[in-house]
Parts: sequence; structure tokens; C-alpha cells
Amino acid sequence: MIVKRPELSWWERIYLPAILGGFKVTGKHFYRTVFQRKSVTMQYPEQKWTVPEGYRGAPYLVKDPDGNTKCVSCQLCEFVCPPKAIKITPPGPDGQVADRVNAEKMPKEFEINMLRCIFCGFCQEVCPEEAIFLQKDYSLTGLSRGEMIYNKEKLLNLGGVHNGPIKKWEHKLKEAEEQESFPVKQN
Amino acid sequence: MSNAATTETKPAVETIRIKVDGREIDVPKMMPDWQGKMVPTTMLQACQIAGGEVPHYCYHPKLPIAGNCRMCLVEFGTPAMGPDRKPVMNEDGTPKIAKSVLPYEPTTPRGAIACATPISPGMEIYPNSAATKQMREAVLESLLINHPLDCPICDQAGECKLQEYSVEHGQAESKFVEPKVHKPKAVDLGPRIMLDDERCVLCTRCIRFTKDIAGDDKLGIVNRGSYNTIATYPGTKFDNNYTLNTVDICPVGALTSKDFRFQMRVWFLKEAKSLCTSCGTGCNIVVGQRENKVYRYEPRDNDAVNGPWMCDSGRLNYKWIGRADRLSQLIKKQGDKAERISWTAATKEISDKLRAAAAGSVAIIASARQTNEELYLLKKVATKTGALTDSVARNGAGDKLLVNADKNPNSNGARLTGIAGAELGANIAKIAEGIKGGTIKTLIVFGEDVTKHGIGIDLLGKLELLVVSDILPSKTTEAAHYLLPGCAHVEKRGSFTNVKGRVQKFMKAVEAPGDARAEWEFLHDLVHNVTGQNGFVSIEGLFNQMATEVPAFNGVTWASLGDKGVTVQI
Repeated sequence: MIVKRPELSWWERIYLPAILGGFKVTGKHFYRTVFQRKSVTMQYPEQKWTVPEGYRGAPYLVKDPDGNTKCVSCQLCEFVCPPKAIKITPPGPDGQVADRVNAEKMPKEFEINMLRCIFCGFCQEVCPEEAIFLQKDYSLTGLSRGEMIYNKEKLLNLGGVHNGPIKKWEHKLKEAEEQESFPVKQN
Repeated sequence: MSNAATTETKPAVETIRIKVDGREIDVPKMMPDWQGKMVPTTMLQACQIAGGEVPHYCYHPKLPIAGNCRMCLVEFGTPAMGPDRKPVMNEDGTPKIAKSVLPYEPTTPRGAIACATPISPGMEIYPNSAATKQMREAVLESLLINHPLDCPICDQAGECKLQEYSVEHGQAESKFVEPKVHKPKAVDLGPRIMLDDERCVLCTRCIRFTKDIAGDDKLGIVNRGSYNTIATYPGTKFDNNYTLNTVDICPVGALTSKDFRFQMRVWFLKEAKSLCTSCGTGCNIVVGQRENKVYRYEPRDNDAVNGPWMCDSGRLNYKWIGRADRLSQLIKKQGDKAERISWTAATKEISDKLRAAAAGSVAIIASARQTNEELYLLKKVATKTGALTDSVARNGAGDKLLVNADKNPNSNGARLTGIAGAELGANIAKIAEGIKGGTIKTLIVFGEDVTKHGIGIDLLGKLELLVVSDILPSKTTEAAHYLLPGCAHVEKRGSFTNVKGRVQKFMKAVEAPGDARAEWEFLHDLVHNVTGQNGFVSIEGLFNQMATEVPAFNGVTWASLGDKGVTVQI
């Protein structure tokens, strides 16, 4: 593809308007700092930015309002993760019973290597259970590489509670309970 | 001379000319059914020959036809007949096709299930027409009315026909607003099988399999209408030795393996074509592994050996591969002192000793669990040193379907390469005698615990040199002067000869632990040092060399084995 260099007019070629435009910005800040005593910098880390809506910070696991782990260990995030930062250990046949019994399954271990994570948000997008969200943390620190691998417990603690409108498993459980007429009884 | 199976010359088959999607094609009039009996070709088979796949759930080429899922409905037409019972012709002289339509409603196409409808001359099948697509959509919608859509927790996800067809032929949303019928979940059907009734599409593949293939008529459908459920006969468990095949053929996630339950998502598994080593049948398998851990065996289609099936005992016999006590260090032991040495040093020391050994003072006990190539190399060492050789017989119970009484995967390999005679283990007593009498001073043991087969610890103590190669620790490996860690079959390549003389190759799936090295690799070095003959350093070359030297394998090459093997004279 050939990108055509735009034809500059005489006015643009003399650069003066652009230089004056730059002076205008500088002048504005100069005026704000010197005469209005407003600073353009902030005392980080005591002061922090409030990040905008939709900001992609660190991905954490969330719980539902009843405190249950939402993740069912489907491993789609592990599959989609471009830098392979996520590692899930599935529960296996004898694993711990899931928090929501009819969801059958939750991860035995869930690790995100925050050094590998590129905060792309694919995990959140692919999650069929709304169990992982990119939250607003952007400053992750640790003293070793090992410390930067967040395990399930840490991710759940940092993630907090998600009040999503879809309560699939609760809905299924209710629906099943209402159907007492099903002729087969389980022993 | 070649005694390898050659391509059979097929007798001329009677064909029928039909049209699939407007393309003329000749298909055989008769084709083998699930038992191999010749029956009229169906529309589904004709479409497959034409190069298209008709989606289906209940149809399985190796099971009787049930025709209950209705997924394979296709629109079709047959040549129109006039009142005089003569074909009606179009103006251009081609026969006029009367599309199948509903009686009294000639604008609505009436599909037929492709799996159970035989073809007839001049028939036209439209597997991709708008009407066919609409029929598929409707059938799929009906199958999904009560489906729980719990793919995130379903082990079948990733290899589920319901998922695949929903993507290809389904609708994004269901028109049904009624609550779904909930059926029992996680039902314990037998020791190895878990049933989820909600996911079942009632294709009855499992019922037909266990009745007609396994011969254990335990499964059936109980209750009526929406409450249809798969169940075992009251008070019994679904527990024959072939139950896990129902997991393979279940097109959805209704039947799942308890062993594989929640272990790993199938899309992570990397697959390698391999063989089952649990008996002499040599069932073809696919090994599923991830990050060097074997998760499952699945049968691989080979009509000459196992068809699409395998037994449960063989399928679940993989856990020893990743055991923590696997031998992973090359150990040299002198008196009480044990040290770890390199392969270079070990190969040199062992070959020096073997070269210096007097003729007849060496004995080799190989294993019929080793590959043809390894046994062939061991035989070369034996010929040079005049060694007495044998391997160990392993017998158990067999059955009529797949399990063989010979529990060694390669007994015939041991016989053909000359390591063992017709009866495996006949020489072991002689070897024991020789050690006792002091004539045998060097013993090489591969993959067997000889203390269980008549050569006790006391006899092993008398030996001047005991070289042992094995995978797992045993009394024999403890007594070894040189302990060479070997590879499981999934960690190397090679070939086995099954009880019927089928030579089949298997591929590597995972890496061996620590120092462990494929036996044929270090045996190649050993043969080179002891006999002075140079061989091939690749498994392909080694096999081809063996094929020229071992009469039974003449004419066979590694490449000609293909995925399904070649039958040789035994």
C-alpha cells in the first residue's frame, strides 16, 4: 500500500501556526501553575489516579453474592490467554465439592502469573461464568517472581464480589426443585 | 519375495448411478454393514462416498442402525414414473425427478433419514439444499429443548457433536420459553461410567453397543416422553470390561469416564498414535497428553485389529507411566557403592566386559514387552557372545472380543527375532542352572523381574556382571551392577508384532524422565561396540535393516507399516 504524503499549503509549510499552537499549550500550563497555583503533577503513590470505566487492570477472580467461587474450571481463559499467564489445575474426579453443588466443579488451583499477563482482557471476554474480571489495579509489586504468581485464594480475595444479573446455577437448581414430578428418584 | 499383506485385488462391484448435490456419481449397490454383511448402500454412505458428511448422532458404522435421532434427514428425489410405469422424461430427454414431498401437501419436502434409506438407481440426494438445512435446524432445536447447555462443566466439550452441529447447523436462540425438564445428573452407572441424563439425546448408541458388541444387555431407556432416561437393569451395575467405549461413542456428554472426569479439557490434549500394551491383541490407541502427563488412552480405528473399540482394563492401564518411583538414574553399583554415571561411560564399560566374556558365559533375558527392534538388537549381542536367550511368558484370562490370554504385547516379536522359542520362558530354568553351575557369569535382563521367574536373589548374587534395564524398580533392579533406566512405550518409537502377526508401529507421546533413554538407542551403541557392526541410528533405518535380516519381516518397511500395520507370517 502506498501512503500519499499530504500536500501542505504555504501556511502550513512555514510551521509558524504549529509553533504558536505549542506555545499556547505551554502558556496555559504556565499560567495555571504560576498564577492559579494549580499543579499538573501528583504526589504518587500517596495520590492516585481514579482510572476510567472500562480500564483494563489486573484480572482477578470474583465470587457471587453468596460468597461462592464462580469459576467452574472450564479452562477457556487458560486456552485463550495469549501470553499463557493462566494455569488452572482442574479438580479431577475426587476433588473438593464445588461451592454451588449443581455447578459440579471448581478449580483446585488457579494461578495467574502477573509478570506474563498483558492485561488484554481476553479471559474476561471468554469466561462463560462471569468469574474473572479485569479490575482497576495497575500497580502490582512483589519482591520475587514467585510472589507475582497469584494463586486462587489471593485472586479471590482481591477480586471481591460480583453482582451480576445472571444466576444460571441458582436458576437451574430452582427449576429442578420445582419439578418434583420427575419419576426417577436418585438413591 | 514379499509375504507382507499386499493390496487385495477387488472384484468388480455392481454400482448404481445417483446424483448427490447435482453431481453424478457411481456408488456400490451393496456395502458392508456393522457386522460386515453386505446390505444395500444407504444415502448416508453414498453422501460420504461423494465427499460430504451428513450430520448424525445415532448412526455409527459399527453398530446396528436405529434411525432415531433424525439428524441425518435429507431431501431427496427419485425418477418420476408415469401411469404406464415408465420413467417420465423431461423435454431435454433426462429423466424427470419427483422430489419426495408430504402426501396431500406437495409443497412441503418430505425428508428421509439418510442412515437407513437405501439408494435406488437415478436417485437424487440434496444434502445441502435449503430444505435439508431447515430440517436439520428443526431437529437440532428439538434435541436442544431440554439440553442443559452446561458445556463449561461438561467433559465432552470440545469433542461434542451437539456443540459442533449447533455451530454448523443450529440457531442462535431457542424458541422455547418453557422451563427445561430436569433429569438426574451425575448418576453412578457403573464403576467407570458417570451418566448425566439431562445431556442425553437418546441416540441409544450405548444401548446397542453393550447389547450387540459387548454382549452384556444391561442398558435401556426407562420412562416416557420427555422423561426418557438411560438406566441399567434395576439392581445391576454397568460394569463389563468394555463400558468405556460407550463414552467414546456417546455423541454428547451424557456418558463420561469417571477416570477422566474433570481431569483436563480435551482441547489441551496433544495426541500421538500408539498401541495398547496390556495384551497380545495390540489395540490401536491414541494417547492424549499435556505437559508430559498422560491423561487418557482412546481406541484408534483399525478394522484389522480392534475396530473402533478397546477394553477398559487396557485403557486404564497408563498410570504407571508417570509414577514417582520411575527409574530415572543410570546407576553403577560396585559392592555397596552406587554411583551415577554417564551413558557414554556405561556403554563403554559394559561393551568392554561383554567383548571380553568367554563364549557361552553370557545369558540374556529379554522381555516380550520390548519392541521388535530392541529384541533384534539384543539377538545380535546374543549371537556375538553365544548367549542363551529367553523372555518371560505372561498368561491371563482372555475373552471373545478383544482381550487376549497372552499378556505380552510382543510375544511374537520375541519368537520371530529368535530371542525366545515357541514357548516363552523355556530356557529360564537352563539359565538358572547355568548360573548355579558357574558357567553363566554375565546376565543381561530387560524389563523383567527375574526373581519372580526362577532366578532368585541368591543366584543373581553369584553373577560377575548383571546388567538390568527397566522402567520401574524391582528386586532385580536392586541387584543390578549396571542399572539402565528405560522408556515406557509412550516415550519412544518402535513396533510390536501382535498375536495374529500384525506388525504395528507406535509413536512417541511424552518425554522420558531423567537419564532414561529409549532402549534401542543404547542397544544400538552396545551392538556397535560388541559386534563391530554399524547399524542405523534412526528407528526407521533400524526397522528396515531388521526387515532385511529377519526372514519373517522381509519386504516390510517402516513406511509401509502406515498407521494400521502389516500382517506377517508367524
